[in-house]
Amino acid sequence: MSLFDWFANRQKSSPAPQAQPERDIADGLWTKCESCGALTYTKDLQTNLMVCLECDHHMRVFSDERIHQLIDDGTWSGLDEDLVACDPLKFKDRKAYCERLQDYQEKTGLRDAVQTGTGLIEGLPLALGVMDFRFMGGSMGSVVGEKLTRLIEKGTQERCPVIIVCASGGARMQEGMLSLMQMAKTSAALERHRAHNFLYIPILTHPTTGGVTASFAMLGDMILAEPRATIGFAGRRVVEQTLREKLPDDFQTAEYLLDHGFVDAIVPRPQLKATLARLIRIHQPLPKVSDMPTSQINPAAEHVSP
Amino acid sequence: MNDSKRKLQLLDFEKPLAELESRIEQIRTLAENNDVDVSDQIHQLEARATQLRQEIFSSLTPMQELQLARHPRRPSTLDYIQAITDEWMELHGDRQGTDDPAVVGGVGKLAGQPVLILGHQKGRDTKDNVARNFGMASPGGYRKALRLMEHANRFNLPILTFIDTPAAWAGLEAEQYGQGEAIARNLREMFQFDVPIVCTVIGEGGSGGALGIGVGDRLMMFEHSIYSVAPPEACAAILWRDAQKGPKAADALKITAKDLLSLGLMDTILPEPMGGAHSNPIEAAQTLKQSLLSALDELWRLSGQERRDLRYDKFRRMGIFTQIAA
Ligand SMILES: [Zn+2]
Repeated sequence: MSLFDWFANRQKSSPAPQAQPERDIADGLWTKCESCGALTYTKDLQTNLMVCLECDHHMRVFSDERIHQLIDDGTWSGLDEDLVACDPLKFKDRKAYCERLQDYQEKTGLRDAVQTGTGLIEGLPLALGVMDFRFMGGSMGSVVGEKLTRLIEKGTQERCPVIIVCASGGARMQEGMLSLMQMAKTSAALERHRAHNFLYIPILTHPTTGGVTASFAMLGDMILAEPRATIGFAGRRVVEQTLREKLPDDFQTAEYLLDHGFVDAIVPRPQLKATLARLIRIHQPLPKVSDMPTSQINPAAEHVSP
Repeated sequence: MNDSKRKLQLLDFEKPLAELESRIEQIRTLAENNDVDVSDQIHQLEARATQLRQEIFSSLTPMQELQLARHPRRPSTLDYIQAITDEWMELHGDRQGTDDPAVVGGVGKLAGQPVLILGHQKGRDTKDNVARNFGMASPGGYRKALRLMEHANRFNLPILTFIDTPAAWAGLEAEQYGQGEAIARNLREMFQFDVPIVCTVIGEGGSGGALGIGVGDRLMMFEHSIYSVAPPEACAAILWRDAQKGPKAADALKITAKDLLSLGLMDTILPEPMGGAHSNPIEAAQTLKQSLLSALDELWRLSGQERRDLRYDKFRRMGIFTQIAA
């Protein structure tokens, strides 16, 4: 629908927001909150970082928008954008994996389920990875594992913090054991980053489950989560099947993990950027005495006459 | 074990072989009772049985490999420990409030060499299986493993892990106590130990639950063991929307030792006695012991730093992807 059509429609019958034709929702002009049902003008919602103005529900945001939300304008520089999956197992379920990949690539404009790069956050340099749930449920195969590992290695080289926004259903089954081993690979890179005492903060967004939870999502020096995000290792249904009793309502939510000590803080999205910047600043090592210019160690030195 | 009990544990594809064997037995009894010489006939049939066994076991489908890997009489971690060590003492507890019986570990000597051995432990019968949760470890199991590995690293004991689990336990408490965190931490920490680490899949390598004790300098798999990103039945339920498509999923997922060797994810396949490890556990244990000793022999020639660097490089190379022209 063009903007003109929209105005034309509006003039015909300026409807109350609740009565918006489905078409407008589909066109993205208006967005319906899946939690409270409120219809909001998408632009207003975007200004509020896709958090419902009525009920604070955190709607999904995808990699481009997330990068835009977190990184200072004009400072993003993407890494390894030329890596693509190549169906090493010739995997075919109801559909061939290579076809599936192509479909998702066309649908999302992404090559795989993560974007990585460097940029500034309130002027502070960092290496950022953002998983994208749209691409095969954010599943981790060889490309996701490789891009994240290179990102972490980059962070170690550049001596800067690594932040990973997690959103994933887990390992990508279509790449079999190659996917599982990405858990070890990313954890190896994090071990080296950590050995240098460089900072790593994963941000757990809805949903973060399976192999991602059992690797880099849980290895942060500090771990942040978005309100009400689903976070867990086994799927809720799997757990339900193994138990006869009903699961608590808040089971595997960010709040549940906070209660049980696995998350440091739940940060509403509008405060996420400032919170990250604050944490990075607090953890920036003070310059060592040996690194300082002599004048700062002993100001009197400047005044010593030759 | 008596005959009727053995038959209960026969796998489908073993049945033609079992039938032939019981026919040989019948003829032998018949001949003995009637005092006739049938040794020629029996020789022939036995040769046929050997050939049949070879045929069956050299062309197993991935689903059949999976059945063998899950065989109730397949030697377990404690069986192998008993068979290969000169002495061994089990050590208990994660020091955080639990002692998960699905993971066992302890210190001992292997051909005179002090070692730490740990692994998943399935039950040897139904009651034991319930107690050990069918070898599905809880967070406490992974934390016990980590505690023992840290201990080994301090005292310069090589770490030998035996992998045999359907999956990490998916229960309410497992989630509550941080199953994901427990496995993740092991993955990271196993990269910082200086001592040699050798991981062997002895039966079922079930996804993250297996990998949680599966980061090492050498990765070995018994011939009829499997290692999978997800249980094939679960994968079938998700990808084919039909749990009955397990065999199809087992095929597609590439879970056999041979497949994983060719994908560059395994270093060594340990040959099993004809008919699988359970048909001759002592022989399987000897193979394991020799392979562990030769791996350790190679690894001890390196410095701790070299081992860590090589371990990093080994996992760093895992993954297959392409780079497209910009
Ligand atoms: Zn709402």
